[in-house]
Amino acid sequence: MGLSRRGLMATAIVSPWLMRAGDALAQGIQPKRGGTLTTIVNPEPPVLHVGVNNQAPTLIVGGKIFQGLLRYSAKLEPMPELAKSWEVSADGLEYTFHLQENVKFHDGQPMTAEDVVFSIMKFHMEVSPRARGVFARIKEGVAVDANTVKFVLSAPFEPFLLMFDVTVSAIVPKHLFDGQDYRQAPAVQKPIGTGPFRFVEWQRGNFIRLERFDGYWKPGQPYLDSIIYRVVPDSQSRRLALETGQVQLTQSNDIEPFDVPQMRARPNLEVQTAGWEYFGPLMWLELNHRVKPLDDVRVRKALAHAVNRDFIAQRLWFGIGKPATGPVASSTRFYDASAKMPAYNVEAAKKLLDEAGLKPNGQGVRFTIRHLSLPYGEVFTRLGEFLRQSLRQVGVDLQLESVDVGTWAQRTANWEFDTTINYLYQYGDPTLGVERSYVSTNIKKILFSNVAGYANPKVDALFTQARDAADPKARQAAFSEVQKLLVEEVPLVWLMEMAFPTIYDRKLNNVITSGAGVHASFDDVFLA
Amino acid sequence: MGASKLPGYLLGRVVKAAIVVLAIVVCNFFLIHAAPGDPASIIAGQSGAADAKFLEQLRAQFGLDQPLHVQLWLYLKGVLTLDLGFSHRQQMPVSTLLWDRLPATLLLTGAAFLFAVGLGVTMGALAARRVGTWGDSVITVLALAFYATPLFWVGLMLVLLFSVTLEWLPSFGMASVGVEMSGLEAVLDVGRHLILPGLTLGLFYVAVYARLTRATMLEVADQDFVKTARAKGVPEGRILRRHILRNALLPVITFAGIQAGQLVGGSILVETVFAWPGIGRLAFEALLARDYQVLMGVFFCTSVMVVLFNLVTDLLYALVDPRVEASA
Repeated sequence: MGLSRRGLMATAIVSPWLMRAGDALAQGIQPKRGGTLTTIVNPEPPVLHVGVNNQAPTLIVGGKIFQGLLRYSAKLEPMPELAKSWEVSADGLEYTFHLQENVKFHDGQPMTAEDVVFSIMKFHMEVSPRARGVFARIKEGVAVDANTVKFVLSAPFEPFLLMFDVTVSAIVPKHLFDGQDYRQAPAVQKPIGTGPFRFVEWQRGNFIRLERFDGYWKPGQPYLDSIIYRVVPDSQSRRLALETGQVQLTQSNDIEPFDVPQMRARPNLEVQTAGWEYFGPLMWLELNHRVKPLDDVRVRKALAHAVNRDFIAQRLWFGIGKPATGPVASSTRFYDASAKMPAYNVEAAKKLLDEAGLKPNGQGVRFTIRHLSLPYGEVFTRLGEFLRQSLRQVGVDLQLESVDVGTWAQRTANWEFDTTINYLYQYGDPTLGVERSYVSTNIKKILFSNVAGYANPKVDALFTQARDAADPKARQAAFSEVQKLLVEEVPLVWLMEMAFPTIYDRKLNNVITSGAGVHASFDDVFLA
Repeated sequence: MGASKLPGYLLGRVVKAAIVVLAIVVCNFFLIHAAPGDPASIIAGQSGAADAKFLEQLRAQFGLDQPLHVQLWLYLKGVLTLDLGFSHRQQMPVSTLLWDRLPATLLLTGAAFLFAVGLGVTMGALAARRVGTWGDSVITVLALAFYATPLFWVGLMLVLLFSVTLEWLPSFGMASVGVEMSGLEAVLDVGRHLILPGLTLGLFYVAVYARLTRATMLEVADQDFVKTARAKGVPEGRILRRHILRNALLPVITFAGIQAGQLVGGSILVETVFAWPGIGRLAFEALLARDYQVLMGVFFCTSVMVVLFNLVTDLLYALVDPRVEASA
């Protein structure tokens, strides 16, 4: 395995640079210095320090200020960032990272192996629940010398190399945090990282301004002089800002899906949906298994048969996203295309409900369930209405409840729902982002745990097996089996592999060059 | 009004006002905490991952692990010493957040207020003077249209016309960012950004003032003292200004007083549509994020302002109309 890793590493070092230079050259454009990129951040993040806060807007802006050891291609291959190369021991226990030289923080201090060890072993262990789950497996983390870091795991953990993106484990300056309460240290308000852009100004409710960091470790980069994130809370105003050229880039949820077709039609704008592979967001209809008759597998299968997922992807999201096929998104590792969830088939749904003994009453209603709408904007309201129509066709009366974000979060976490919509990032590997929704050990009153309450010892065993196996082949076997099992049991009705439109002025180049898209450092983005 | 009565009157009003504000603070506190969800669960929801330790850490940091009455007591103690608390979500003192947003809000609501009173009273007066003519009809119809149209729609239409089609004015924000500008340029730049939101917010109130002024002026114009003045041979313009308009202003002042009290609160709608960095949006976002301290801070400020402006309005009555006595 060590060998194959090294082989992967070698290609990873060479190909992205060639490819990117090639892209730019293919269009006949040489990277050009200068210019300001004005874009949008929405919603406004509460603080800008990644780790302390991990909301999508924080990660997008923070991704310019901070960097991780690695970045990832759209196929989730690791690529060098603050680590220029790395090795994995044959037993899969020792990970050695060789750091780039001459990397400086924005306050002028050099970044060394000490900062890396501190960031991984202390900072993210303390503040970030997701990093904590994985980094707890590190038995020992040491700075071998100023430019070499070694992590020794207590047991093999094959997806370990996926944990070093800036959005998961950004490298933070030890000298500004050590010995303090990490969440309340002054550096949280004035973030200091190694990224190509440094934090300059934040007028709350108005804009965030980043400027070119002259001491950046890649010579001649970044190309842009500054990046300005405007806070624009209304989706129609954001659309107008883009159309009138007042901003040159929108991302994430900035533009509502139903506005995207008009944006595609504008000749000066480019619409991309790539750049979310590293996160692999999958959306589903969450079912509370404690509520009858949702505990009956025939009923859950019927619900899956009743929903036309193509319609959701094509007509509600206008092609930004793909119909889901099962619990694992197709961009995530170990996705098994042969495990297919029940297809759209109204008659099959009715038959299953009949078999479950749920006969329609005089109004054609078999049973009624309350659906907690996800308050994330207009398109999710439409989704709720579409689901009500779809389920009504097979005799299920879905009653929509509108709530705000706080209420949704609390009621979902406390299992106070029959059904709701949820979407979770898969982070490239089922162990990192899929397992948590299905294993019985994670049935907790916490958001993004197994709030459905689904429990199956076989599923638990397979996920554990896949988690602990060092060999990717063994992991694939276990994941394939669990995917086949899950599409039979339909613990949740998977709806769509989400993506978010990145829309930008064609003058802007190299916007999406990795599987993390707009979260990247933008050190190679330029205006031509 | 007897000059000697004024200090006692003022004192009585201020004491009453303080009690009202305190009651408002306590009511707000319980109202806000009655809403489901808390800041920690929201941050967990927005972060896409959470564990029990994470929630515990956040709740301890935000002081949410204390019993509710202790939290209330701590907050009241703070308010009495004019300390509005700390937003743990944003890692900033609430007073800083409020002060940062206040100028933007006052600029927007103040401009809209002046615009509304000025244009509204003028339109009302003109309409009343030419009652029944086509000029009156035009003004009445316009006022009705402004009054009936939803604010956000007016805003979007203005943006479509002036920003998208004509490209004269920016569609959002309060100033150009990232451009070096001299003093005068910067003022003009803010002015250009102010026009659309100011107009949007002001138009509704223009309609209110126009209709109010027209109606009361017509009422006053029929009264005997106006006929007397006319019989004395006072010029028509003077009658309009001195006799009719002045007497018709009382209801207008009442309404202006109410509106002035709301100036600090800003306008959630207009601030959202135009991305204006004001207090209304701060409050709205704080509500969605259950940022209790910020929300209570905004409520506190606005309630103080409303109480204050009510007091000022009452005093103004006495100034405009000597028949009105200030009395508790």
